[in-house]
Amino acid sequence: MPQEKHFIWPHKDLLDVSQLSLEEVSHLLDTAEQFHEINQRPVKKVPTLKGKSVVLFFAEPSTRTKTSFDVAGKRLSADTFSLSSSSSSLTKGESLKDTALTLEAMNPDVIVLRHKANGASQFIAERLDCAVVNAGDGCHAHPTQALLDNFTLRRAWNNEYAGKTILILGDVKHSRVARSNINLLTRQGVKVRLCAPRTLLPHTVNSWPVEVFHDLNKAVEGVDAVMCLRLQLERQQSGLLPDLSEYARTYCLTAKHMEMAVEGAKILHPGPMNRGLEIASDLADCKDSRVLNQVSAGVATRMAILYLHATRKDKGA
Amino acid sequence: MMNLFISNGLLRGTPVDILVSGSTITSVTPHGEVTAPEDAEVVDATGLIVFPSFYDCHVHLREPGFEYKEDIESGLAAAAHGGFGGVMAMANTNPTNDSASVTEAMLQRAQQTWPNGPYLYPIGAATIGLKGKELAPMGELAEAGCVAISNDGVPVGGAEMFRHCMEYAATYGLTVIDHCEDPTLAKDCHMNEGTVSEAIGVKGQPVVAESMQVARDILLAEFLNLPVHLAHVSCKQSVDLIRWAKARGVKVTAETCPHYLLLTDEILNNYSTAAKVNPPLRSEEDRLAMKEAVKDGTIDIFVTDHAPHADHEKEHPIEGAPNGISGLDSAVALTWTQVEDGTISEDEFIKLWAEKPAEIFKLPLNTFAEGDIADFFLFDPKEEWALTEEAMHSKGKNTPFLNNTLKGRVKAHWLGGTRVV
Repeated sequence: MPQEKHFIWPHKDLLDVSQLSLEEVSHLLDTAEQFHEINQRPVKKVPTLKGKSVVLFFAEPSTRTKTSFDVAGKRLSADTFSLSSSSSSLTKGESLKDTALTLEAMNPDVIVLRHKANGASQFIAERLDCAVVNAGDGCHAHPTQALLDNFTLRRAWNNEYAGKTILILGDVKHSRVARSNINLLTRQGVKVRLCAPRTLLPHTVNSWPVEVFHDLNKAVEGVDAVMCLRLQLERQQSGLLPDLSEYARTYCLTAKHMEMAVEGAKILHPGPMNRGLEIASDLADCKDSRVLNQVSAGVATRMAILYLHATRKDKGA
Repeated sequence: MMNLFISNGLLRGTPVDILVSGSTITSVTPHGEVTAPEDAEVVDATGLIVFPSFYDCHVHLREPGFEYKEDIESGLAAAAHGGFGGVMAMANTNPTNDSASVTEAMLQRAQQTWPNGPYLYPIGAATIGLKGKELAPMGELAEAGCVAISNDGVPVGGAEMFRHCMEYAATYGLTVIDHCEDPTLAKDCHMNEGTVSEAIGVKGQPVVAESMQVARDILLAEFLNLPVHLAHVSCKQSVDLIRWAKARGVKVTAETCPHYLLLTDEILNNYSTAAKVNPPLRSEEDRLAMKEAVKDGTIDIFVTDHAPHADHEKEHPIEGAPNGISGLDSAVALTWTQVEDGTISEDEFIKLWAEKPAEIFKLPLNTFAEGDIADFFLFDPKEEWALTEEAMHSKGKNTPFLNNTLKGRVKAHWLGGTRVV
């Protein structure tokens, strides 16, 4: 499998991208490239993680991320086991600590956790010996999404990040995708712009290493990529937005906006999309849209993540 | 009658000998001037400071209802060892302390477990069940032994209801202690709103959730010409408002806790639930403003807001953990840092922990004059000790200072002339 036999992955867990050096990110994405190539073959399954087990513990609803991890694990021949909030003892009042200890007693190699509590992955990682991969915790972090976005951008930008400009559009305040992406992209020398109404931006956003816009027409000028965020429809009920049509009128990304971007600027969206709300439907399907590439990048990137974390303690790995 | 002779203790910087007969102070003389009576028990206090027993006007002793977190016996044990001769216990027990029967039961437990003190001074609920809807029977509560009224734990959102609480409490000579928090701005918050909360994704409580209610209370107190005491003040905006109010002659007094002087929200960067407390730990700017407010007297008293919890309750991701820091065991050492760093003098330290609390809530005070109640403790300002779980007497080990080395320790404690520690 991946050739660099001498690189020993130094991290037990993947909690956020902030823990990774740029060299480690680069190594991880190089590894993902090799898996991406395998994913294009007629026979996509390799025996790399045969005999390893991966628990998919999704205590918050998720279809895309969970399926992506499941496919990634199975392509590597790992055994994957799913646990969701409705089927788990969490609904019977068991604490996260006890659920995690119970899972570990079954000796998995990796636990992939999606949880609504911020810091939930760190919480279980501190208490377990097995690898913990954060598949999204509250509004805090979504490192595997940021890495697959990075994989997608790296391909679009021919591995040149420095000097590029990206616009992250939408509900930054509640977005773990935005937080993880901002951390990684700014370290890579990418200029990050944010655009959203004031109610969907953090109060202290001016201390972040980003440029803040409220006017989408200005925000999109000269950008090399736009990353749309999903708008959670409950934001309206919690009094952060007047109505969704006003949001769409001001912040829905359209082809007209993209005329002001660099030619060929790429469009990303972590999904699931609200067509016509945060992204115009035709734009989601246009040639510069990378939305489906992100999905396939997700499988490759998560294969790399599972591989690196499940084999780091193996002799000769 | 038992005689006690404290030899060579430091009282406000002067080496003295203290003679105690029975439960009261007989004399305080410069060290060496008199010899100990033959029948007196002599205690060598060389190198130790003599403090009048302190008051902690804001504790949660959890009994009745939550004895697995703390009970009156363990809470008073922590108080005794912490240097406190009296503690004022908030009403958010189960059942709520909103009737004489609960107050009486609490006092009875205190009398049974620590007959010589530390003394328990219950605080009655402002409204029935702390629900903010109907006034609690404050006359009955006062008669049963409550020394103040408070909504602590469940802030009163409605200004009109709070006005009625202040007015009705005044009927019985009781001061209302307000936990200042706007319930809408503080909803579902787990730490301070600031750069840290927004980096780690946790919903933060803005300082205005507190300061808006501080402003409300100050304006009501001025309008009604009634006293109000503001609980656990934590931020710059609040102390700026209190300073303004005091200059206008408003009858407002205020307290703060050791953690607001020593810690900031940076400590929650790692989702430390031991540091999860309400009001939350604020920014460095707020911390410095709190120190300034202690220094210039805007803050009248120190309190612990002792809020013990069981380990299994705090061992959750931050959103699932309850607010609160266990404080009685460590507060005196933690605030002694403010004397050590020059923020306040030793006299101001005594004022913040003993004189002002006694004044605001009309509690007995030992001034070391002849005939005063012999409530005092010996404090070694130099001893360094580890705040381990074993060193704590409270059942609640939930403190962000756990396993820290503290400087300054209570070595012995007498209440009414009887040694309790």
